[in-house]
Amino acid sequence: MLQLKQITKVFNEGTVDEKVALHSIDLTLAPGDFVTIIGSNGAGKSTLMNIISGRLFPDTGSVLINGKDVTEMCEHQRARYIGRVFQDPLVGTAPNMTIEENLALAYGRTRKRTLQFGVTKKRREFFKETLETLQLGLEHRLNAKVGLLSGGERQALSLLMATFTNPDLLLLDEHTAALDPARAELITELTKNIVEKAKLTTLMVTHNMEQALKLGNRLIMMDGGQIIFEASGKEKEKLTVEKLLQEFQRIRGSQFTSDRVVLV
Amino acid sequence: MFTAIFASVEAGFIYAIMALGVYLSFRILDFPDLTVDGSFVTGAAVAAVLIINGTNPFIASFVALLAGFVAGCITGLLHTKGKINPLLSGILMMIALYSINLRIMGKSNVPLLQEESVITILTDWWQKIGIDEMIENALISMKLVDFVPKTWAIVVLMALLVIIIKILIDQFLKTEIGLALRATGDNKRMITSFSANTDVLTIFGLGLSNALVAFSGALVAQYGGFSDVGMGIGMIIIGLASVIIGEALFGANSIARATLAVIGGAIVYRIVVTLALRVQFLETGDVKLITAFIVIAALILPQFIASQNEKRRKKLKSQRRGEHVATAQTDYKSI
Repeated sequence: MLQLKQITKVFNEGTVDEKVALHSIDLTLAPGDFVTIIGSNGAGKSTLMNIISGRLFPDTGSVLINGKDVTEMCEHQRARYIGRVFQDPLVGTAPNMTIEENLALAYGRTRKRTLQFGVTKKRREFFKETLETLQLGLEHRLNAKVGLLSGGERQALSLLMATFTNPDLLLLDEHTAALDPARAELITELTKNIVEKAKLTTLMVTHNMEQALKLGNRLIMMDGGQIIFEASGKEKEKLTVEKLLQEFQRIRGSQFTSDRVVLV
Repeated sequence: MFTAIFASVEAGFIYAIMALGVYLSFRILDFPDLTVDGSFVTGAAVAAVLIINGTNPFIASFVALLAGFVAGCITGLLHTKGKINPLLSGILMMIALYSINLRIMGKSNVPLLQEESVITILTDWWQKIGIDEMIENALISMKLVDFVPKTWAIVVLMALLVIIIKILIDQFLKTEIGLALRATGDNKRMITSFSANTDVLTIFGLGLSNALVAFSGALVAQYGGFSDVGMGIGMIIIGLASVIIGEALFGANSIARATLAVIGGAIVYRIVVTLALRVQFLETGDVKLITAFIVIAALILPQFIASQNEKRRKKLKSQRRGEHVATAQTDYKSI
């Protein structure tokens, strides 16, 4: 589904601030793979996400989605294949538009937008049914402005909007990090259910090790712009937070330090 | 007095088209577009020159609309492809258009009084149907004889035109492209992640906005009987005044409500200016100053009223709590 070949990205090349954000990354996701990525700050996780989504372009290497080379495609063209949920709940939805209008915008991701009405009777029914799966009662508030929703509700809606059109690839960029523990738990559960039900190929960045262990069938640890550890299937299921930390220490010879990592 | 107000309502409807254009850029796209000062005159200039050269006034007005669309698109290109700040893109285009407008007209003022225009054609047609006499008779029978305007043609037909444009805008903003346009002004990152090209949408949106502005300019030139290179100065502020006054007076909960409010705002603005100019002390040259005051008032007054209401609400609440405490104490004493 997703293939990354020899991706390298250097920021501020040739200056004192030069930073190798990604160092020849190779990664392949099979259809239905759910990969979680952990790593300390500056490990290159966000840069990797931005290169896949087209916000940044790699210095060398190529990005393939569904076997198609999208390296030169810009962000909005690539969005036809990719569903995304951002860390900030405010980024994924349009606050001054209603819930149904937001869903109509998301519905248009895979097709060419025309002068047809965005919300038709038929679509409204479909939106209602889809919203019911969230069990947040949003299906009764189709005409409410999204800006009136709470952060948790907005993030749940963002998740739904990113997934209900079955993207070839789903990118989750620390999408529970800005929520309180209860809301984060809710979104984590929703993510699990939605991805399993639609068998979406998913790449999720997280700072929460427990979440990284709980979700998905593969786990990747990044540091210094490289993938330093990878576990999948049975091997991943056996992992614990302690083992992950030991693993990091063994490979890097230093403590895994980041005040943003949630250990418990 | 009534004649003056009647004339300002007529003008209000024509300027409302420009205000709707400003609403599109300012509110929907969240783009403070100063191109308006230039594109308004472009519309007037194109229509005037074409009419003088014998083109059908309706076609001339439509060409003016297209010219405005092109001007808006260029501002959009400067901003999206040239990465120039929105305000600066607008100002650059406004300055450039000043010279272009002079080139189009060939001189700084083109009179249209002797020419056949959209306004004269419509008025003639209207008088043939004889509705004016009907209304006049009705007014006389209602004993409202002291107020008889020359013709109802302009006010009725322009109102009709503005309402049609308003409905078209409302409907367009509900289509898939329209929704994407609104999202571009509301949350660019979000709509980009849903595969919309925000550059193209911004360019198109500004084109549409300035098309309406230029069309309004073309009608104003035909209504006033001349096109002048200076007639666009401060036009953006008049547009903003209409949008802000309208929203403050009539609310903006939905798109349909907001566009109606903008039309109302444009008419109220004209009436306020007309009334202000009747004050002995003020002169015609003070119009811009009055406009500035109206906009400032429309911006500050709603805040002031809201804070006053908030204060009153809090006071009431604390008073009520005081009463509760008092009754609780008396209850306690009676026991």
